[in-house]
Amino acid sequence: MIAGLIEGLPRRALILLGVLLVALIVAPLVAGDYLLTVLILILYFAYIGQAWNIMMGFAGQLSLGHALYVGLGAYTAAALYVNFGIGPWLGLMVAVPVAALAGAFIGFLAFRFRVAGVYFAILTIAVAEFARVGFDHLAWTSGSSGLFLPVRQYAHNDLWLLRGHPAMFYYVILAASVLALIGCRALLQSRVGYFWLAIREDEEAARSAGIDTFHYKMVAVVISAGMTSFAGVFYAFFYNNLFPEQVFHVLRSIEIILGPIVGGIGTLFGPILGAFLLTGLAEMLTSTLAALGVDLPGAKQVFYGICLLLVITALPDGVWPWLSKRIGLTERNK
Amino acid sequence: MSALLLVDAVSKRFRGLIAVDRLSFEVPEGGIFAVIGPNGAGKTTLFNMIAGAFAPDSGSIVFTGERIDGLPPDRICRRGIGRTFQIVRPFPALSVEDNVIVGALLHRPRVDAARAHAHEVLRRLDLYDKRAQRASSLTLPDRKRLEVARALATDPKLLLLDEVMAGLRPTETDRIVAILQELNHETGLTILLIEHVMRAVMALASHILVLHHGAAIAQGTPEQVVRDRAVIDSYLGAEAVS
Repeated sequence: MIAGLIEGLPRRALILLGVLLVALIVAPLVAGDYLLTVLILILYFAYIGQAWNIMMGFAGQLSLGHALYVGLGAYTAAALYVNFGIGPWLGLMVAVPVAALAGAFIGFLAFRFRVAGVYFAILTIAVAEFARVGFDHLAWTSGSSGLFLPVRQYAHNDLWLLRGHPAMFYYVILAASVLALIGCRALLQSRVGYFWLAIREDEEAARSAGIDTFHYKMVAVVISAGMTSFAGVFYAFFYNNLFPEQVFHVLRSIEIILGPIVGGIGTLFGPILGAFLLTGLAEMLTSTLAALGVDLPGAKQVFYGICLLLVITALPDGVWPWLSKRIGLTERNK
Repeated sequence: MSALLLVDAVSKRFRGLIAVDRLSFEVPEGGIFAVIGPNGAGKTTLFNMIAGAFAPDSGSIVFTGERIDGLPPDRICRRGIGRTFQIVRPFPALSVEDNVIVGALLHRPRVDAARAHAHEVLRRLDLYDKRAQRASSLTLPDRKRLEVARALATDPKLLLLDEVMAGLRPTETDRIVAILQELNHETGLTILLIEHVMRAVMALASHILVLHHGAAIAQGTPEQVVRDRAVIDSYLGAEAVS
């Protein structure tokens, strides 16, 4: 099992991954609450970036509406908890199918009726916007006035109900990110992964090589959507409040895709590196500005813009393909 | 020899222009069958109908005893027809090996089995030493052979080759001719090819069909076809026989 996980990885990659993992595991022991929150945010984006990358980076389907799956996951689990006292892990069992179904709906519409490229991207935005407006008026989840999870001081961490100290949330999202990385690597090296790459590269040639492209694109959307919904469940229980205007907003969808774009679309480590670079540096910028007493609203957005500009012009494949070459670690397929 | 592929009264028109006009022919199992003809004769249209890129307006295409006209390209490939494209379309960002593995995975669920098969095919096509290169970095002759390799990896009973020799130098043409002959002799693979390079057609084909304005103007062995008056007038030109 373990041997299968590390098979084919160069020694240097193993060492670097090991060091990174150990550093992340001990981080809460030395990090303050603020830094811990930043790390949680980074891993949160690393996780979703990984999920989005399955669709875009592997199968070549551009989704600009991944906030839909985050939102559906968040609202499903939160509503079940608030209304019926059902915990997040059981809620996840409902949230994943709900999000996967939404993904299947979009996928079916698009792939059956040959909606591709930009038009597919627009369709994903449209459905997410539709959900945003819909949830604004859905009484069961308190509509636009927001859904709140009960919060009080917790004497101890309750992993089952996801109530407690940020450190617990940190380890949950760390575990999820590690599992996402392992899962994506396994997918990429499987039959499905090869077929996805073929579809990404040239769909018509893929069909002529016998690949049922409709089927494999559906598999990509469903897996990506289901995986993303976990991030939503996590979001709901970490922030304890949900507003349709926030979670389903198209800006959330854009935020999700910045990390993988900066890190390297289609690579396994790109989404992780991208999350560290973007979220890490943006938070550093915010806190530095705050420490200097400078009030610059929108500084983060400007920073994102500059980062994107730099990456697109200097490293169009992303930072990771360039960096990995520098340190002698190239990933297959990219 | 029985017919592996049976094309019966197939027609296709594009906005009033008849591309293929009630064309009928049989491709015998184990043979190398060439379709020649001037540009615009309907050769690629014919190929696209056999491979499932689009359906014929009328007529039927029967492969191994079953109708395949109108089926999508992936289903046709799974039935045993592999194709190459006139303008090569390898998966550019993937390695040569991965390009062929994609094909090999069609009838092999396990990646390691597919890789082993891909290596075999790559050796046959003289690409084994370049297996780690990105497909986009290959030269045109190599990319043409990669197309053949990917199609071949899907274990076809019938291989459709759309001008794989166009744009190649004579030495490269001879190399592909030798590879195709070897494949046909050793594995009994049936090959249907569109080709303009007559030296390749004459060296390879056991049977030739000449298309002109979407219709067959001649059919037969290479010797019969090159002496056919209509073929000389419309396509080959008088100097070809002299």
